[in-house]
Amino acid sequence: MKNARTPPGSGASWLREEARLGWALALPALATIALVAVFPILWTFWESLHLHDLRMPWLGRPFVGAANYAEAFGDPRFRSALGHTGVFMTAAVTLELGAGLLVALALDRVSRGRGMVRTAVLLPWAIPTVVAALIWRFMFESPAGLASAALVRLGAAPPTWFADALAAWIPLVLADVWKTTPFVALLLLAGLQNIDKALYEAADVDGAGRWRQFTAITLPLLRPALLVAFLFRALDAFRVFDVVYVMTGGGPGTATEPVALYTFSTLLQNLRFGFGSALSVIVFVVAFFFALASIRVLGRGAFLDGPA
Amino acid sequence: MTLGATARTTARRWARPVATGLLVAAILFPLYWAALSSLTPENRLFAAPALVPRELVLDHYRALFRERDFWTPVRNSLVVAGATTVLSVVLGTVCAYALARLRFRGKAVMLAFVLAVSMFPQISIVSPLYLLLRELRLLNTYPGLVLPYLTFAMPLTIWLLVGFFRQLPAELEEAGLMDGAGRLQTLWAIVLPLSWPGIATTAILTFLYSWNEFLFALSFTLGPERHTVPVAITLFRGQYQVPWGQILAAAVVATAPVAAIVLAAQRRIVAGLTSGAVKG
Amino acid sequence: MASITLDQVSKTYPNGQTAARDLTIEIGDGELLVLVGPSGSGKSTVLRLVAGLELPTAGRILIDGRDVTAVPPQRRDLAMVFQSYALYPHKSVRENLAFGLRVRRVDAAEIDARVRLAAATLGIEALLDRKPAQLSGGQRQRVALGRAIVREPKAFLLDEPLSNLDPLLRVATRTELGLLHRRLAATMVYVTHDQEEAMTLGTRVAVMRNGAIEQIGPALALFRRPANTFVAGFVGSPAMNLWPGACRRLDGRARVASAVCSIDLDEAGQSVPDGAELVAGVRPHDIDLTSDGDVTGRVEIVEPLGPVTLVHLRVAGLPGEFVRVIVPSDARIGVDDQARFRIRRDRLHLFDGRTGRRLN
Repeated sequence: MKNARTPPGSGASWLREEARLGWALALPALATIALVAVFPILWTFWESLHLHDLRMPWLGRPFVGAANYAEAFGDPRFRSALGHTGVFMTAAVTLELGAGLLVALALDRVSRGRGMVRTAVLLPWAIPTVVAALIWRFMFESPAGLASAALVRLGAAPPTWFADALAAWIPLVLADVWKTTPFVALLLLAGLQNIDKALYEAADVDGAGRWRQFTAITLPLLRPALLVAFLFRALDAFRVFDVVYVMTGGGPGTATEPVALYTFSTLLQNLRFGFGSALSVIVFVVAFFFALASIRVLGRGAFLDGPA
Repeated sequence: MTLGATARTTARRWARPVATGLLVAAILFPLYWAALSSLTPENRLFAAPALVPRELVLDHYRALFRERDFWTPVRNSLVVAGATTVLSVVLGTVCAYALARLRFRGKAVMLAFVLAVSMFPQISIVSPLYLLLRELRLLNTYPGLVLPYLTFAMPLTIWLLVGFFRQLPAELEEAGLMDGAGRLQTLWAIVLPLSWPGIATTAILTFLYSWNEFLFALSFTLGPERHTVPVAITLFRGQYQVPWGQILAAAVVATAPVAAIVLAAQRRIVAGLTSGAVKG
Repeated sequence: MASITLDQVSKTYPNGQTAARDLTIEIGDGELLVLVGPSGSGKSTVLRLVAGLELPTAGRILIDGRDVTAVPPQRRDLAMVFQSYALYPHKSVRENLAFGLRVRRVDAAEIDARVRLAAATLGIEALLDRKPAQLSGGQRQRVALGRAIVREPKAFLLDEPLSNLDPLLRVATRTELGLLHRRLAATMVYVTHDQEEAMTLGTRVAVMRNGAIEQIGPALALFRRPANTFVAGFVGSPAMNLWPGACRRLDGRARVASAVCSIDLDEAGQSVPDGAELVAGVRPHDIDLTSDGDVTGRVEIVEPLGPVTLVHLRVAGLPGEFVRVIVPSDARIGVDDQARFRIRRDRLHLFDGRTGRRLN
């Protein structure tokens, strides 16, 4: 051959071309994300190191270091907001996983009218959270709402739902469970349908009963789906805002106020941007750990597939 | 077979549909109750709840659109959710294609980055976005909502579409390359026409999320002229009491497009929701 | 049409798997080279390297003497027929054929003429307005071929194009492919795992294993003089008998001694040192069953193949294997018969026991 030997590396030129195209295609979207999400989160952090009160513009925006964080951790309202968030997460996520598993097992057996059932299950998930919260608030409106009326008919004395610091949690959690169980159920249903049915036939042959099959086959094989559902729901419940804002406004008093709501009112009602940003950063850091765990679970395989 | 056994098998045959029916009824009951109440006269709303209506009126809907101008929030929501969907699907599609198919360094990191951003708590970026939008004079404008909405819509579309593009057989694209079409031409002439189911699913989910969004809309709109549907309903105030009839009518109006979408596309939505989450 | 050259091409994947080891192949203008080998031998990788769908980690690829290693697939002007056919499911057959021409901005009248011609060549005129989903497997295969020939590319790359067809259709299509190759006088690189396909089609055949070429040459040369035990066992059906043995000297003459035979080596074999491990190979049709044969075996399986019959014999001293013998189909032979057989000495293949290389 007449041609000189290819200089090393130049064989990759069209790969470089492809890489350049890849960046060109990916960049607009990634830059947008960086602009509207990453840049702001950095700004939040910067802001949290300052005293910045929009009601008192004459104070300017002096650097105060960690003072806002010190205030946050010493703030009883913030600490109880963290507590409320924890209570809500525990109650809601437990109920949602339990109910979601039951619904998924029921749906897995449905042969006729599956589309109809799926639509019914999807509806609560698909409607605005605000709407779901309003509907449940209406049903629990004291004293003449549906829930109270039903309790009276059953001979029990209904609590004054939203005026009662403990009872107020019931409609909150119920509304959230109603709204998000379908999502959990669909995730778990997809997991169930990934399980090879032959395993159950084998277990039948081995003489294993229904319960045994459930604990020996279904639960272990459903673990990845359960884990994903748990992480998604825990992260979401930690960020809870809409339901509480609409149903109780954090009340009575601040008895049901979660961190997101406290942060929101610090920012947009009291206009304390420095302090509010410190709260935002704390929320972000906690959420980040859930996110990391989720990414590790979801990322297995998703990021590591070979050259496409 | 004995009589008892026959009865038992009959019971078993019926147990499942009946249980399923009860489950569906329980799930749908709050929606039924809301729809029913939105058609009940105000003075009867809290008087002796009955599961079967005695008298249905459209008063609340009339009031909703005549006195409150509920069209404005509906229009705002449509504009904002629509613009968010179009923008993020257009940008997200090309980005997802690159991340799913083209060979270049740093793809995995970018994908992890996208997924991480999709898990950002919205509240954490409310303060800078507020200050930024105020600086740009975009508070209480459509762009002032669409931009923040991209924080969740963009990662969502990218993540869903990457999963979808990876399912397309790579040989089709290779055939396109062998036929002499470049990468872009292959994307346009072969990949996109085959991807509309995935893109439609993505668009539907993005629209739903944008239609339902509350925190940003509450934070970055200042007056009723820019309120979206969820914000408008939440801020309904009556002169003396909570106008439940109108709130529930508005709830039905806000739910109607969502319900229509779910009815039309339930299969796709389920596939989109569970893809990536389970296969990972 | 064009010649294709691979010059010391290697491909190692990031996970360390090597699919091509220092390959140098010249494919002449108008030649049909078949790459054959078991799955994982790297034959498809070679095809994809030529196509440009994979990038070599070392070496060059030349088309008509021009280095195209850095040229992306869409600018190499090669056509490929995929194992799955990869027809565009959303386009009609006509559009599938026309796509490559449209991309090149050929004018509409010419596209139409060329699509008609290609369709006529393959007998698919009646299918032009259908979608791929409405076609049978054989029809899809033709469309895939049509999509390649309509472009009049520099060369055709075919990746197991017949493996998704049922056996009858496969043989018929194979014949047609051979005709097509002659009619187009086209350069073709053809990948298959089926040695029979390779033998019948190829101007030359390259047998691959573990990313390397074991032997390359005309089909009959591979059959008659396999370069090593792998090729000997892979090419030809039923497979060659291969017996391990050793070199023994008797009266100063070197002999190969194994459980089955003890045969004098010819002149080439005289340099083999005494005691060296050898493998003796004999094709099943190079063994005769005769009453005066020198080895005895017990018949275990009789497989009538139609024109001939394949007999599996169990021989003492060769516990794990049968001796395969082809006999005329009218031979009277039954299971459990004791049969004597003799090897045609001039047809003996001799291989080095360690390296597997051919000795004679």
